[in-house]
Amino acid sequence: MATKVVMEALSPTMEEGRLVKWTKAVGDAVKTGDTLAEVETDKAVMELVARADGQLLQQAVAEGATVPVGDIVAYIGAPGEKVAATPAVAAPPPSAKPAGSGERGAVAAAPAPAQAAPAAAAAAVAPDATRVVKASPLARRLAKDKGVDLKLVQGSGPGGRVILRDLAAASGGSALPLPAPRSPVPAAAPGVAFDDVPLTQIRKTIAKRLAASLGPVPHFFLTAEVDMERAAEAREALNQQLGDAGKISFNDIIVKGVALALVKHRACNAWWQDDHIRYWNDVHVGMAVAVEDGLITPVIRNADRKPLSAIGAEARVLAQRARERHLKPEEYTGATFSVSNLGMFDIDQFTAVINPPEAGIVAVGSIVPKPVVEDGQVTVRRRLRLTMSCDHRVIDGATGAAFMKTLKQMLENPLAMLL
Amino acid sequence: MPTITYRDALNQALREEMKRDETVFLMGEEVGLYQGAYKVSRGLLEEFGAQRVVDTPIAELGFAGIGVGAAMGGLRPVIEFMTWNFAVLALDQIVNSAAKMLYMSGGQVPMPIVFRGPNGAALQLSSQHSQAWESWLAHIPGLKVVAPATPADAKGLLKSAIRDNNPVLVLEGEMLYNNKGDVPEGEILIPIGQAEVKRPGTDVTLICHSKTVSVALKAADQLAGQNVSAEVVDLRSLRPLDEAAILGSIGKTHRAVVVEEGWPQCGVGAQIVDIIQREAFDQLDAPVLRVTQADVPMPYNKQLERLAKPSPEKVVSAARRVLYLD
Repeated sequence: MATKVVMEALSPTMEEGRLVKWTKAVGDAVKTGDTLAEVETDKAVMELVARADGQLLQQAVAEGATVPVGDIVAYIGAPGEKVAATPAVAAPPPSAKPAGSGERGAVAAAPAPAQAAPAAAAAAVAPDATRVVKASPLARRLAKDKGVDLKLVQGSGPGGRVILRDLAAASGGSALPLPAPRSPVPAAAPGVAFDDVPLTQIRKTIAKRLAASLGPVPHFFLTAEVDMERAAEAREALNQQLGDAGKISFNDIIVKGVALALVKHRACNAWWQDDHIRYWNDVHVGMAVAVEDGLITPVIRNADRKPLSAIGAEARVLAQRARERHLKPEEYTGATFSVSNLGMFDIDQFTAVINPPEAGIVAVGSIVPKPVVEDGQVTVRRRLRLTMSCDHRVIDGATGAAFMKTLKQMLENPLAMLL
Repeated sequence: MPTITYRDALNQALREEMKRDETVFLMGEEVGLYQGAYKVSRGLLEEFGAQRVVDTPIAELGFAGIGVGAAMGGLRPVIEFMTWNFAVLALDQIVNSAAKMLYMSGGQVPMPIVFRGPNGAALQLSSQHSQAWESWLAHIPGLKVVAPATPADAKGLLKSAIRDNNPVLVLEGEMLYNNKGDVPEGEILIPIGQAEVKRPGTDVTLICHSKTVSVALKAADQLAGQNVSAEVVDLRSLRPLDEAAILGSIGKTHRAVVVEEGWPQCGVGAQIVDIIQREAFDQLDAPVLRVTQADVPMPYNKQLERLAKPSPEKVVSAARRVLYLD
């Protein structure tokens, strides 16, 4: 009897997944653990693996289709074995709305990899090399004019057809960088009043989670201006010391400062749990990273105990993996507090939305030279505005203010971090 | 600018051309005493007399043939068919005589004749009297075919048709005769073979003619409410076709929907789609879609008839599909 392959919950919060790409073709031999398909969850692109040995008898879902967790996506069985159930080949279930369109063309047209004669080698075949690129004539012409490789453009038309609006994003002139996910916001094409872009899984999750935050969570905000002169001096000295061994950013210093301040203010290192509050012993700082179709908060674990250089290195790797959508669930869950930094966008200050169940988040603005009065004299100092958003159910005003005061002291006197 | 009906615009065209050129005469069933089944020839018998406004028996092949003969003899006949559904009886004269005469005589025998009458469905006239014949007629080399949608176009195109030295078929519409529109005073001549953008837009081109122009304009209104800017191109002439106008619009919008009253197979829209895919392939961002009458004889039942005809809703739906919005 054929084994059903179902859409698995590949992240803790995943309710549905989009089948991005089949990596095994019908007829391919599969072993338990082999990757069958790439699936976009609400957070990342993950691999759906085989739970049985045999042959991939049928793909029940087209590439691009979104399928609820638990629905059948394929069958594995003995070669030639008939699939027992009536196959759901025609279209994804009605509840599952394909991201582009319901066409099954992608599966039908996907050529069986020619080199796959020894079935076990199938996994080694790069599907992109053999993929038939579907593109509208207009998109094809523009791609040629602009030197864009259509294979690198994800089509939003029926069956993954690349259409004008998909190219708009890629029309910078040069070929698209390989790992970059497609920007969800197409550049405005001439002659189009608007573009409707289907929600990606990550965008749906952001919508759900942030609405579940700012609505029900009683936020209040505390802003403090921090003098970063000494932190800047310390950073320059440290980077000189490190040389080629890596760089420390202001963000790394802020993450470290937040972590150390949380150690001193456990009241802020907490989760709201509806009927209780969980105060964490370890400090795991979530770091909001903008990815091209949303944002995600990879977690720097035990940031209070890591040296700045380690935080810097880890932050860079996590941010890069986040942009490539390769974060594993354990890399973006479990934060006890978060930091969101828009300083690089020249934002003076802003308020961030709490990522429940965490009780707080610090929003980091840009560091700007400002005239300040020091000892009765006006001098120019590099200043930074930090705004803490607090869940009032967990953190009261004075509690949050005390945390902010400690954080400010840490940053204004970086030596304090050594204590 | 005076606002007059499509019917009166045609009447003005006939009167003006009959005044201007005494070789022009009108012939057909009920055109004289009854002043036309749809009152297009109102007042003409009185003004021009029975020699130039000629009532005929119910014999389409016969009076079409007399018209062809009169044209060969140097007159400029305007032959009215009570509807184009009856003109199928006269197709031998239209296709085998009128359309071929200049060609087969090497241009020696003149054929400045106009055949005109209402085309397509009205309301509940059932299968035999609700047919759109333009794809049959525009198929024939040697004929010119025009299908005006507005009173101004009706006047300007009928006048051009009467002055043209080739056989010209004018497809009117029973449902259009009462429509009012601005018609400029004085001489208006609309060149045959020239389309008109009835509404400019940027996102999708709706190509239409005759009655489907109002369908497309209503669809464009609805689309505007959905932030879609639709360009409505009225072909006005079906042979010759204004390919430049079609391609110019496609070059702007990259997407098209062709709307026509006729059936889908071998329809006018099929020809338009052929032109677009051949001449504007690299401009297309989506396959061109067509909205036509359902591929069945026109039902008599009112609801079924409504469902069988092209509608603004069907056009909106097709437009959204070529824009990848649905």
